Amino acid sequence: MGQIVRYIQSYLHSDLTPGAAGNMFWALVYIMLVFVGLSVAVIAMNWLERKILAHMQVRLGPMRVGPHGLLQPIADAIKLLLKEDIMPAEADGLIFWVAPFVVVLAAFTVFVVVPFGPTHAITDMNIGILFMLGVSSLSVLGIVMAGWASNSHYPLIGALRSSAQMVSYEVAMGLAVVSAILMTSLNAEGTGTLSMIGIVQAQQAQHEWFIFKFFPLGLVAFFIFAVAMVAETNRAPFDLAEAESELTAGFHTEYSGFRWSLFFLAEYSAMIAVSSIAVTLWLGGWLRPFPNLLSNSTWDRVFSLFPGVTFLFFAAICFYNAARMPKHPLFRIQTVGLAGFGIVLGLIGVILFIPVVSIRVQDIFWFAAKVAGFMYMYIWYRGTFPRYRFDQLMQMGWKVLLPMGLGVLVLTASVALLQEKLWHP
Amino acid sequence: MLIGAILVITRKNPVHSALALIVTLLAQASIYLMLYAPFVAGVQIILYAGGIMVLFLFVIMLVSIDRSVKERQLNSQWIVGMIAATALGGLFIAVFMKGKNIFPEHALPVIENDNTQKVATMLYGQYMFAFEIASLLLLVAIIGAVVMAKKRI
Amino acid sequence: MESMLHITTLHYLVLGAALFLLGVIGVLTRRNVVIVLMSIELILNAVNLNLVAFSRMWGGLHGQVFAIFVITDAAAEAAVGLGILIAFFRNKETVNIDEVNLLKW
Repeated sequence: MGQIVRYIQSYLHSDLTPGAAGNMFWALVYIMLVFVGLSVAVIAMNWLERKILAHMQVRLGPMRVGPHGLLQPIADAIKLLLKEDIMPAEADGLIFWVAPFVVVLAAFTVFVVVPFGPTHAITDMNIGILFMLGVSSLSVLGIVMAGWASNSHYPLIGALRSSAQMVSYEVAMGLAVVSAILMTSLNAEGTGTLSMIGIVQAQQAQHEWFIFKFFPLGLVAFFIFAVAMVAETNRAPFDLAEAESELTAGFHTEYSGFRWSLFFLAEYSAMIAVSSIAVTLWLGGWLRPFPNLLSNSTWDRVFSLFPGVTFLFFAAICFYNAARMPKHPLFRIQTVGLAGFGIVLGLIGVILFIPVVSIRVQDIFWFAAKVAGFMYMYIWYRGTFPRYRFDQLMQMGWKVLLPMGLGVLVLTASVALLQEKLWHP
Repeated sequence: MLIGAILVITRKNPVHSALALIVTLLAQASIYLMLYAPFVAGVQIILYAGGIMVLFLFVIMLVSIDRSVKERQLNSQWIVGMIAATALGGLFIAVFMKGKNIFPEHALPVIENDNTQKVATMLYGQYMFAFEIASLLLLVAIIGAVVMAKKRI
Repeated sequence: MESMLHITTLHYLVLGAALFLLGVIGVLTRRNVVIVLMSIELILNAVNLNLVAFSRMWGGLHGQVFAIFVITDAAAEAAVGLGILIAFFRNKETVNIDEVNLLKW
């Protein structure tokens, strides 16, 4: 018994990730935390998407279910779980059953290497970015299987289109990623790294987020990746394969209830996964803004107040909206609910001010804030851009993004070589 | 991995065979990880499981019609084929019996973190010519596949 | 854990040989052309496994580099093979390998 306790405690004194330290208990704890965090994030994304899209379209969105629709995702989840599970008669049973699981598996396995902090990753493979790209390309297989197994026209065409689109934009994504990896090798030894934690540490060592490096090359590479990642996850404006007005619902037409919610879960987690790749590669991962420029301890103190202040800000918005609720007896429960939610957020904000907690939470907070920015951009794109037609989509992937990616790669390599020759002759 | 391979060659439905092949390829990637070759494992997942198998599934969906599932699955020369395969198996067993003790005991491995760097140095240094030829080969294969599958040249 | 089997190079070679054998059986006995092509991929994978196992045994990384080239080569060959298959299917409407007998007299 004492041995087990010592095993559990031995990890707390090391500063490695659980995978590197070989500690299985803590690795499982981290996996559970990531899983729970991801599920909460997906639920929050569902609510945020409906509300933000609605506000962009000058309407209000769900307001009834909870105060300001806060319980709407839970109601959706309950509805989906209670729906009848239909399987088409001629469908291929095994593949129909397996396809959603493959997509969910591919979307969730990516999070094994996502770095929330210098030691806050489940593990840190030294081929981290290669692993992430590879596993996210396995979701294409799941989509193809789903389309095939439904044994009807619309899913099949939707699946073929969807997977063709994903495969095309993987190439552009790969080229943009390679030019970012190239920038990690501009250090004293001249070797770069593929590990996610190593990439952020390279950004910290070079005092520059890679998006600003070799201006405008970093920016162009980031732009290519940003476009390719939206196309990769089949989101607007590249969502022809699953748009309701075009192809009923594409490859997940024949899925109902729980299986459909698995696809939906996989789509949102894939969005969060590619956003975290973008944040790690270009935006500095867990680093707070200006980590080297403003690096004395007062600035550290100022920036460490941000998590608590953010939650208190949200709590203030909750209280303000609770005060603005109509003063009708029927709305009393919503007012109380919203005030209660505000109190919870305020408590979390106050807890985050305690220095012990604040030190640990810093990195995770900045990472989550940047990924949240990307999520907002996703919803913004959905509300603003018209849909691409499929041939325009493929044309852009192969004829525009691929040459741009190649150009950025060649230019980045030449500029890096020039810099090496000029600074270290 | 062996179960996956057996399923590949015995399933009637080609889509089930393709799925079994995907499982086999993923198992192969994990064996590469056991052999301390992480870069080859990553390349295997991206290229083989994520690229080639998508290609196979596409073609199966375009080509496969239901009647191929209901036909016999062994071809007309399967007896000769089985005899040849048994002969090959016998050859393997003979080689195994003779050469069992040549291989040295496995030294305990050293964890290295720069496998990718070393492979890259070798790839772009010593094997540069092969690298260029491989890219030319891929170009030829792309053009060939496009020409083969076009409706009108 | 003293009696744990040490996984030597020999085990990997036996696995590679078994995969190779299964691939050869698949190529020689199946009727569906697509499954034959998939068995060819199995054979190539068996070869790769041998290469990487030997690279581990000898310590140099030549085997791994060669394995990467083999994977690239397999991709090219799968693409061309499937292209030929599609062209053939368009003419004859079958994936039966016994009916690929246009040169038979």
